[in-house]
Amino acid sequence: MIQEFKRVWKPYTIGMLWLLGLLWPLLGIHADGTLTFQKTVTVWIYLLAGTFVCLIIYLLNTSGYLKFVADPLFKTTGKIKSATTTLPTWLWFILILTVALIYPQLAGRYGTDVAINVLLYICLGLGLNVVVGLAGMLDLGYIAFYGVGAYSYAILNVTFGLGFWICLPLSSFFACLAGCIVGYPTLRMRGDYLAIVTLGFGEIIRIILNNWMTLTNGPNGILGVKPIGIFLPIFENGLTFEHFWVKKLQFFYYFALGLAIVAVIAVKRLNFSRVGRAWEAIREDETAAELMGVNTFIYKLLAYAMGAVFAGLAGAFFAARMKFVSPESFTFLESAMVLCMVVLGGMGSIPGIILGVMALIALPEVFREFDSYRMLIFGATMIIMMLFRPSGLIPAKRVGTRSEEKEG
Amino acid sequence: MSEQPILELKNVHSGYGAIKALKGISLKVMPGEIVAIIGANGAGKSTTLMTICGIVQAEKGEVFYDGQLINKVSPEKLPTMGLCQIPEGRRIFPRLTVEENLILGAFHRNDKEQINRDIQHGYDLFPILGERSKQAGGTLSGGEQQMLAIARALMTKPKLLLLDEPSLGLAPLIIQQIFDIIATINKEDGTTILLVEQNANLALKASKRGYVLETGKVSMEDDAQVLLHNEEIRKAYLGE
Amino acid sequence: MEYFIQQLINGITLGGMYALIALGYTMVYGVIQLINFAHGEFFAAGGYVGAIALAYFAGVGYMESHPIICLTASFLIAMAYCAYLAIGVEKIAYKPLRKNSRLAALLSALGMSIFLSNGMMLTQGVYDKVYPSELFQGRFDFGMITISYLQIMIVSLTACLLVGLNLLVFKTKIGMAMRATAQDKTMSALVAIGSNRIISLTFAIGAGLAAAAGIMYGLYYGSVKYDMGFVPGIKAFAAAVLGGIGNITGAMIGGLIIGMVEIFGAGYISGEYKDVFAFIILISVLYFKPTGIMGENIDDTRV
Repeated sequence: MIQEFKRVWKPYTIGMLWLLGLLWPLLGIHADGTLTFQKTVTVWIYLLAGTFVCLIIYLLNTSGYLKFVADPLFKTTGKIKSATTTLPTWLWFILILTVALIYPQLAGRYGTDVAINVLLYICLGLGLNVVVGLAGMLDLGYIAFYGVGAYSYAILNVTFGLGFWICLPLSSFFACLAGCIVGYPTLRMRGDYLAIVTLGFGEIIRIILNNWMTLTNGPNGILGVKPIGIFLPIFENGLTFEHFWVKKLQFFYYFALGLAIVAVIAVKRLNFSRVGRAWEAIREDETAAELMGVNTFIYKLLAYAMGAVFAGLAGAFFAARMKFVSPESFTFLESAMVLCMVVLGGMGSIPGIILGVMALIALPEVFREFDSYRMLIFGATMIIMMLFRPSGLIPAKRVGTRSEEKEG
Repeated sequence: MSEQPILELKNVHSGYGAIKALKGISLKVMPGEIVAIIGANGAGKSTTLMTICGIVQAEKGEVFYDGQLINKVSPEKLPTMGLCQIPEGRRIFPRLTVEENLILGAFHRNDKEQINRDIQHGYDLFPILGERSKQAGGTLSGGEQQMLAIARALMTKPKLLLLDEPSLGLAPLIIQQIFDIIATINKEDGTTILLVEQNANLALKASKRGYVLETGKVSMEDDAQVLLHNEEIRKAYLGE
Repeated sequence: MEYFIQQLINGITLGGMYALIALGYTMVYGVIQLINFAHGEFFAAGGYVGAIALAYFAGVGYMESHPIICLTASFLIAMAYCAYLAIGVEKIAYKPLRKNSRLAALLSALGMSIFLSNGMMLTQGVYDKVYPSELFQGRFDFGMITISYLQIMIVSLTACLLVGLNLLVFKTKIGMAMRATAQDKTMSALVAIGSNRIISLTFAIGAGLAAAAGIMYGLYYGSVKYDMGFVPGIKAFAAAVLGGIGNITGAMIGGLIIGMVEIFGAGYISGEYKDVFAFIILISVLYFKPTGIMGENIDDTRV
């Protein structure tokens, strides 16, 4: 451990001193002509303590001192892993489904609210996963499709009085259309340019939503969007259907759960289909895929459109639940957050994304007092994940086999 | 041999990730020699030069230059020590002028007057460069680029010059010119030359000693004339 | 006609600022083929540090007696700060990922961008930070055309910085080394040019220029905000692409064009959609002529 420490202490100290020099002008130079050091040093000491603890843990881990904690941990996770494979998958699904179904009864209003958010973002994350994780295209304007879906429902509902169930396919259709319009020029560009162009498109759509007063009511948003209406069978005097609005939180929860399950199934089926094979080929080496006869453009467009469809569905649901839409909810930061969830959990890995969403939606709820640091931690998480574990918390299992691993 | 070798590789293993290109190379170059490394495509010739220069890290074994171990020395320090490589494919800076390319060869030097004299010497050796001194490097023909690459390497004032496939893609007349210049550099300036070539005939005729590389290992080592007349070599590399 | 000339003047002023920011994008992409998403944050940080420095000098009383010196000092402090920041950012978030896939480096840059802008929000507050407006109060009037002293200062300073950069890159040895590293990193190492140091230098210069633009922005629009780097950042990248990524002259010209298009578009077409014009140019250039007006300048070697 001493050798590891010797290797690491120099860059660490330089880094910490650099940080101090960075903080002081921001915190220590004041408009009244004074130069203070106290606030800077206090903040710096906090950061120093935090990072030092992380450093010690890292050193202990790499030199094996934590084995007495890590080994039993690995043993138990190993046992759990083997348990999961011995029990048939359908049993696990039943288990998880049961838990999910009875969850609202146990959790209460606040918990159900958070859960609905989690399920919604799972749908979004899976949609983005189709674009980023399966087809390998970095999309930074994904949230625009979410906005298109939400606004389609809102406009159709408020202006034309169309109900939710009619608007759901329409919303996904409009989102898909938007995806094709955005995709057509962008998909021929190379990776990093694709990222910034999708960012640009996302911003364009947001600006249009914000400024087209006649259609979208601009920054004021659209109020009075009707929630989901369902017909419930009533067995009184023969079979009649009674129509009522979904107002109770539990029903929103179950709908969101349904949406998430549909998304999971859809992504899984896509991944193991011929389309999924084509996407994997494109992701790994686009030129080679093209030479093998894969029409990369069509498949990339398909990935884009599919991702947009998921976003559109989620958007319509979002509008129905909030009963209000405004451009504020569809900023670049939202796109970045969904991307962070996918990256954190593991690109292309369904359990990974679910974990990533829970980590980034549910955890901040637990640590409510640190809410102002939320985005800071998001940013740091992305950097740290890329530096240490680019494949995510639960890496995607490769469908094919490779002779050597290319990316770490 | 009483002198020390200017370059020595001892059981060097290196490669690119999972691909192991060199599997235990040992060779020696004495000061003032011209030594050739020949072998088929993929045998590891270029990798050997890249490993010497530190662009590819040696996983095992030692590389000694002028008696010093240079495994861990970062590549940009080596020209300052007199070790210079002219890599495969010329690789002159395409959007810099001929003159700028030459000036960059002397990047680590500070003696302005000598640098200017050396640039002039380069133009004397290769008059065509003088004519095109303000043109962008990328607009030169293959042969001219090779001359520029050599002239640029000479600006680093090398003690040991590594050449990777100097004849690649060039017309026979130009190749002859290039090899004449290589011989001149060796005779007049005393620069040691290690050259890697697919054209075994050319390489062995120009060198004193030769190494034959086969799939990452040295399969044969001898005086160049001996190798030229060796039956196996003639069959495998000289097309007889 | 006079409206046109006024817009022209405004366009040059804004375009100059975009050019300064675009240079950072283009130079960094030229050496390591990475879109530095965090570059907009260098722009914002410069604006903040400039505001802090100016406020400090005002508080100590130097502003009244030596306004020009204080302003110059503020510029220098902000530029040095952002260069310092950029070098650290490169070493932490980009250097370790040089051998990884491009996606990993892009995501790291994105994370760094979010981290920095939020860091500024936490240390400096969510609200606008106001710039002192007592400087540069006057202006020249030619009938309907107004040229403010501020505009003159901004345009001349921008011109000085651009000329200075040109001299550095095209007439000095270190500038030659920067261009060589952008064209062929491996070969540069073989002629004793240390690519790590050149890369750090590139980041530092780019961030310094962005910082200068940040102060100009603060003076011109009156205030700075923690998220001010986002939109100008994309526009500046559009300018870099328009001029040819990696190409320094291209970035300068691209910046001016984007600035003009934005001002003229806002004036003659639509004020609300002025941000859209730059995005449209970005998308069009990448679709029709990805190498830009003046051609790319990147490391297009294999290895």
